[in-house]
Amino acid sequence: MIPVRKFDAIVVGAGGSGMRAALELARANLKVAVLSKVFPTRSHTVAAQGGIAAPLANSGEDNWHWHMYDTVKGSDYLGDQDAIEYMCRRAIEVVVELEHMGMPFDRLDSGRIYQRPFGGHTQNYGSAKMAMRACAAADRTGHAMLHTLYQQNVRCNTQFFIEWMALDLVRDPQDGAVVGVCALEMETGELTIFQAKTVLMATGGAGRIYHATTNAFINTGDGLGMAARAGLPLEDMEFWQFHPTGVAGAGVLITEGVRGEGGYLLNKNGERFMERYAPNAKDLASRDVVSRAMTTEIKEGRGCGEHGDHVLLKLDHLGPEIINLRLPGIREISIKFANADPVREPIPVVPTVHYQMGGIPANYMGQVVAPEGNSKEAIVPGLYAAGECSCVSVHGANRLGTNSLLDLVVFGKSSGEQMLKDMATMPRPHRNLPRDAGEPTRARIARLDGAKDGERVAEVLNDLRRAMQAHCGVFRFPEDLIAGVAKIKTIAERAGRTFIQDKSKVFNTARVEALELENLVETAMATIVSAEARRESRGAQARADHPDRDDKNWMKHTLWYKEGNRLDYKPVHLRPLTVETMEPKVRTY
Amino acid sequence: MRLNIYRYDPDKDEKPYLRSYDVTPGQADRMLLDAMVRAKEQDDTLAFRRSCREGVCGSDAININGKNGLACITKLAELPDEVTLRPLPGLPVIRDLIVDMTQFFKQYHSIKPYVVNNDPPPERERLQSPQEREHLNGLYECILCACCSTACPSFWWNPDKFVGPAGLLQAYRFIADSRDQTTNERLDNLEDPYRLFRCHTIMNCVDVCPKHLNPTQAINHIKELLVKRSV
Repeated sequence: MIPVRKFDAIVVGAGGSGMRAALELARANLKVAVLSKVFPTRSHTVAAQGGIAAPLANSGEDNWHWHMYDTVKGSDYLGDQDAIEYMCRRAIEVVVELEHMGMPFDRLDSGRIYQRPFGGHTQNYGSAKMAMRACAAADRTGHAMLHTLYQQNVRCNTQFFIEWMALDLVRDPQDGAVVGVCALEMETGELTIFQAKTVLMATGGAGRIYHATTNAFINTGDGLGMAARAGLPLEDMEFWQFHPTGVAGAGVLITEGVRGEGGYLLNKNGERFMERYAPNAKDLASRDVVSRAMTTEIKEGRGCGEHGDHVLLKLDHLGPEIINLRLPGIREISIKFANADPVREPIPVVPTVHYQMGGIPANYMGQVVAPEGNSKEAIVPGLYAAGECSCVSVHGANRLGTNSLLDLVVFGKSSGEQMLKDMATMPRPHRNLPRDAGEPTRARIARLDGAKDGERVAEVLNDLRRAMQAHCGVFRFPEDLIAGVAKIKTIAERAGRTFIQDKSKVFNTARVEALELENLVETAMATIVSAEARRESRGAQARADHPDRDDKNWMKHTLWYKEGNRLDYKPVHLRPLTVETMEPKVRTY
Repeated sequence: MRLNIYRYDPDKDEKPYLRSYDVTPGQADRMLLDAMVRAKEQDDTLAFRRSCREGVCGSDAININGKNGLACITKLAELPDEVTLRPLPGLPVIRDLIVDMTQFFKQYHSIKPYVVNNDPPPERERLQSPQEREHLNGLYECILCACCSTACPSFWWNPDKFVGPAGLLQAYRFIADSRDQTTNERLDNLEDPYRLFRCHTIMNCVDVCPKHLNPTQAINHIKELLVKRSV
């Protein structure tokens, strides 16, 4: 028998959204557990650099209407406009709250929060004038935010289960309600079922499905795997953001804040090529636009270096004072990972996978929604999702920089609020667990422990990441996608036959990596199947055979199901909460 | 290159031992962590923590040829051909390079690591001048990797009583924050023969900090404030 522990609410993941939700829950008199496979301040939110968006208007005019317009346009009109309005309207509130919690934002002479321009953020509904909307703590905004949220949770005595990896959801077979989570204590190797009335998935992204990624080792899509295995769909997984400036060869992120502060990209002729692709916003166009431009430059032979395989990010003209004050972290990274001190020389950069726009379908209250009966968005009782693992969808087909940290705190908070509301109307006793609760999880672990030979996890993982890189990149080609689907199917079969030498109970990292691989496989499959099926170019999906956006046939969200690799679609929410619909237009910067 | 790595699995090993791995770093491998990942590809029973691989999450602090550091930002080019890796000293080993950091975080929590301001929160942000904000530089960047505290002999002797350099650096981070109103309580919390005054200015902390922070200086600032307060 797997031991059971009872809580009112479980938060899976202790990054920005999980810890923001935990704060909301901690303030109510409830029993809450936060599960994280790493110590909270190791979560990948820590690596965010440039800023968090909020129209504080500390340096020039700004308001949430403009922010909303930019976000809808940035999403290439695939974002849900109700959720986008909701996020932009709550931005000031949540950022001011972070400041009150003690987050060390940089300051203006006025004493207010320092704000810098960022890609795609404009004044006056897309004018050529950029808005100063990115609230920054040097180039360590994610670090400052994550530590502040952890500190507040320490203050509230939040109960953390650190180095516990959640493996599967437990659902009530009657109505599909989520009634708990089965998790592995890494130090002892033991399973426990965390029974709960509400479960929030805040497990982050899965950028490790690609070979070249800015993402941490831990970003393995654990929540996506859990949702997929539990029979829930994953939404819009074809949309992966390639950040324009990853350090060439290393993948490490160089913030867009570099370009916000006045840096720009050069090709091998020393040309500021973004002027050709985005005459107004230039280097501060949306990330999908900049990444495509860079890839085109490289493909057409204007890349830099011996192999012509990257472009250069120049910022030495900003001077050492600005670089040391506003961009100290990227100077450190560049010296370490590119052997280039940006005070003197440009940084070699290349578009690098960075962010997953898709995820577990949820509304702006954090409630997970899935098709059932006549509804495309029936609420899954007891289950919530926030942050990168969720698809709300505020980012649509392309996320704007600094909207991710905002997404974490807005929807972390709203999920926590909604969980409290829902629990207030639930009966006091917990629902019973199904008799076989945790059994599928136990069986997966038993297979790994019992396997005497088979595929090596590292090899399958490397093949998966290389296949995704080759078949589902910045530009996508129909024959590559079709071949990619076949390849990932083969890799998925191999992932079911993995073998680990390590049979120890104590902190068995080989076992953890094998379980992570299963989650990565679900994520990669969802991605490539959804991408192959979507026959248009929109945001981060650029298809050579369908170079244009097709609003007539494709202005809809993809839903992928693990079972049978089935696809379904649902409409985009075009109606905002209070303002007029922002009608799709040709998207230029 | 050769990695000699400390191995210990309480499930099966009577005592710890060093195991050697000969690894050939790949073309794109720049850092020690890359070489460790290669070693783990040979032998998946090797256990260590790692995450961001860019020096901001603080997971992969280990002892490298006798000196604490982060594997992910330690350049292979700057290491000799033979490198010995051990867990951070002074903390109980869970397995291989993974240590139990409970005591370290207990000390961090003991300094009340959060801004306390009892004035009703304003509509907008609390104001702070760039000069006031400047005081937080060199303090807030700490990644809680524990390289410093586990390099400190005073922490080795009294991990339960001495806050240690990481905790004290953060204690000063909140004292230095113009928004915090509890400097006196914070000083009270440290005025103790062990909590603060076990620091004997050995400065190992400064020497090993992978973020180039200076806990000794922060500790001296706290000591100065205590002196000032008493006269």
